[in-house]
Amino acid sequence: MDWAQLADVATRLAGGLPTTLLLVGQSLLIGFVLAVLVALMRVSPNPLLSAPAYGFVYVFRSTPLLVQLFLIYYGSGQFRPFFQDVGLWFLFRDAWFCAILALTLNTGAYTSEIIRGGIQSVPHGQLEAGRAVGMSPAQLFRRITFPVAIRQALPAYGNEVILMVKASSLASTITILEITGIAKTIIAQTFRPVEVFIVAGALYLAINFVATQAILYAERRLSPASAADRAKAAERRQKAMLAR
Amino acid sequence: MDLTLLAWGDAGWGDQMALGALVTLAVAICAYALGIVVGAGLAAMKLSGLPPLRWIAQAYTTVIRGIPELLVIYLVFFGGGAALRAIASGMFGYEGYVDLPIFLTGTICIGASAGAYSAEVIRGAVLVVPKGQIEAAIAVGMTRRQRFWRVLVPQVARYALPGLGNIWQFTLKDTSLISVIGLVEIMRQAAIAAGSTKEPFTFYVVAALLYLGLTSLSNRGFLRAESWANRGVRRA
Repeated sequence: MDWAQLADVATRLAGGLPTTLLLVGQSLLIGFVLAVLVALMRVSPNPLLSAPAYGFVYVFRSTPLLVQLFLIYYGSGQFRPFFQDVGLWFLFRDAWFCAILALTLNTGAYTSEIIRGGIQSVPHGQLEAGRAVGMSPAQLFRRITFPVAIRQALPAYGNEVILMVKASSLASTITILEITGIAKTIIAQTFRPVEVFIVAGALYLAINFVATQAILYAERRLSPASAADRAKAAERRQKAMLAR
Repeated sequence: MDLTLLAWGDAGWGDQMALGALVTLAVAICAYALGIVVGAGLAAMKLSGLPPLRWIAQAYTTVIRGIPELLVIYLVFFGGGAALRAIASGMFGYEGYVDLPIFLTGTICIGASAGAYSAEVIRGAVLVVPKGQIEAAIAVGMTRRQRFWRVLVPQVARYALPGLGNIWQFTLKDTSLISVIGLVEIMRQAAIAAGSTKEPFTFYVVAALLYLGLTSLSNRGFLRAESWANRGVRRA
């Protein structure tokens, strides 16, 4: 193994890091909002809302992301005159937009199932208690259903985040040069797949490690404080009072 | 959209797409079988009393589950080809171009990933089998092999089925990634047809429908297998 070359490979691959992070970050953010909406539609008693949500989730979870990506990026080309007429061609011509759209819809479908599980795990008594003190449906959702559901859903959502980091590598198939795209380019130029794989793999593992830690931290922050934590907080407050 | 493009025979792409679906199914089944064997081996390593075995299995699952399958495919495809060429010229003096067969490459890559995920599922299922049953088996004088096949395997299979069903769905969908190295399965066939007919949307929709059909059918199969495996279990 040649160290100078390894350093060169590492620098070039690290250049793809922001692109990967941006792809994952943007699609997770928009996908989460979509997922909450879809999950709410899915648990609605109105079949006009729940049926389309079910169909969306079913189709996007049963087909490979690569098909979804190609359908949007290459498939839209078949309707180019139409998209040009309505003035949307500039979006579908853009690989970045297509990658974000595919990743967003995909994670939206998976995440909505995770959130639905969370919503359905909210104890009925808590909702009744909320109604009894006169909360409106919006208040019930904001103050009880949503926080409790999110807390329940966090561990599973952590897995989804890692799957999305991995999924973002597919953007390289539609010309986007994120880590995997750059890795493939370097392999084709140098025929040194092992070195490239080690560095690119380490980058992905590092991203996933940080993401896992962030989710664990959020879990700790959002879980109801244990009795020991509350005692410690009280002690701290008391000390602060005395110090004054 | 011109649906006559999907005609059977020389006039259309219907038979080619169907053949692509068979290739997808074949590579998915091979990768899945490999995945379960690898997964069972890794689960045994993780449950073993020897720390080095546990570390190796843990490292393998952590790395494979954290790295994109696409990257692994590129590594095995390009790296495997380079290694094979080195062996061919070094040991046999063959200087021509050799490559790892793409079907094999795909099976290994997707199987490696399925193995890492199924290791956790199988390990969890083994842990659920009550310890008393193993002790009872020892008490009635079963050999290790008998304990394994008569007590452990039937129950682990039952507990692991839902998780393994999920892994099958992932495996089936992940096979689409092998199209990037040229295996003519559903995705590659759709790309070829789209290129020559200038109707990408039509063919990618067909590809999506084929995957939808395969996942729906196999999902039903797994549900039936689950109810079969649970036939002797009393429901609460």
